[in-house]
Amino acid sequence: MSELVDCRGLSCPEPVMLAREAMQNAESGPLTVMVSNAVARDNVSRTAKSMGWKVEVEEEGENFKLNLTR
Amino acid sequence: MRDRMFILIAGAVTGLLAVIMVLQGNPANMGFCIACFIRDIAGGVGLHRAGVVQYLRPEIMGLVIGAFVTAFYVREFKATGGSSPALRFVLGMLMMAGALIFLGCPLRMVLRLAGGDWNALIALPGYVLGVWLGTIFLSKGFTLGRSQEQSPVNGYAGPFIALALLVLLVTAPAFIFFSEEGPGAMQAPLALTLGAGLIVGILAQRTRLCTMGAIRDIILFKDYQLFLGFAAITAVAFIGNLATGQFSPGFAEQPVAHIDTLWNFSGMTVVGLAAVLAGGCPMRQLILTGEGQSDALITVFGMVAGAAFMHNFGMAGSPDGVSPAGQWIVFISLALLFIIGVGNIKMRSLSKAKKEAKAS
Repeated sequence: MSELVDCRGLSCPEPVMLAREAMQNAESGPLTVMVSNAVARDNVSRTAKSMGWKVEVEEEGENFKLNLTR
Repeated sequence: MRDRMFILIAGAVTGLLAVIMVLQGNPANMGFCIACFIRDIAGGVGLHRAGVVQYLRPEIMGLVIGAFVTAFYVREFKATGGSSPALRFVLGMLMMAGALIFLGCPLRMVLRLAGGDWNALIALPGYVLGVWLGTIFLSKGFTLGRSQEQSPVNGYAGPFIALALLVLLVTAPAFIFFSEEGPGAMQAPLALTLGAGLIVGILAQRTRLCTMGAIRDIILFKDYQLFLGFAAITAVAFIGNLATGQFSPGFAEQPVAHIDTLWNFSGMTVVGLAAVLAGGCPMRQLILTGEGQSDALITVFGMVAGAAFMHNFGMAGSPDGVSPAGQWIVFISLALLFIIGVGNIKMRSLSKAKKEAKAS
């Protein structure tokens, strides 16, 4: 069961900060980060990849769901 | 790798265009200055009556419209807003106040540096200090809160206002002010200034270029992506100035600049801190406005108001230095920034984001 981190409506750099914290605290479980704009989508993806995680982006209505797995 | 190339190109083009615009008539070391140009626009519509700085600068309109057009085209345009608008307005005022003390926004700061104005070398560490202070607030959970989707009109407002200003510039009705002397009377031809604004607006939107993020992301994440753009602007402008004989090193007698060390430093500290709390440097606020963020538009409104305030009360810097009133404004601005910062810490935490996720 994926832990969900809601970053919708948050502006740069908050989504990245929250995502990094979640990735650092997660043992190995998958994470799902919700963002509501393309900049956050790109920045969180880039951060996750730089931390060695795999990223899958899904569009969900007006938002983006990033599925992060180690 | 492709992202890095792109932002390097964006920075290089910005630096190059800045040099060309000065050659073609913009004030020296002022190919772009978001703060000065918004101040000039405030003057153009009569919000202040400082006769030497009144002109509806097309660079500003170009940046907003360029960002709008490209955001729309790649489907990144989205009308959002509602995240502490009143505070964002104030942050805009404070960002402008600090910039007018130094006589430049962060973009002009690096263009001044590239022109040999060593006063910018004093300002730069001040700016870094401001950004660093901002990151402390961020690390303690500072947030202005979530924005929401808004009706499309909220998003179109900014680009529409930019277009309206362009119409006013071109038709020049009697109620619009045009400086007849001073920096406000110095401008490159419209096709160039508007074109440059549009091009940089497009590039800055696509690459997320931000002079504050450039410093902030290194401090927070050791991420140099945005810094590459920042450095490219400086490097290319420097080379361009050298090549065109516009490099004039020194502290004294620099164009539209003063040598007050303490105020050059602290003015930019105000800008750095305000920019972090507002989520973007002055240029980035224009780009976000083009993307439909009414939170950014309201910050820009704040910048306009701040410019009017500073000039109406004689607080803006000038080549003679910074008046006592201006010096007070630096202290007051820092105090207000701390209040806004402290007032919004611990508003964001990971546990909250997870709780809010479960609730929705």
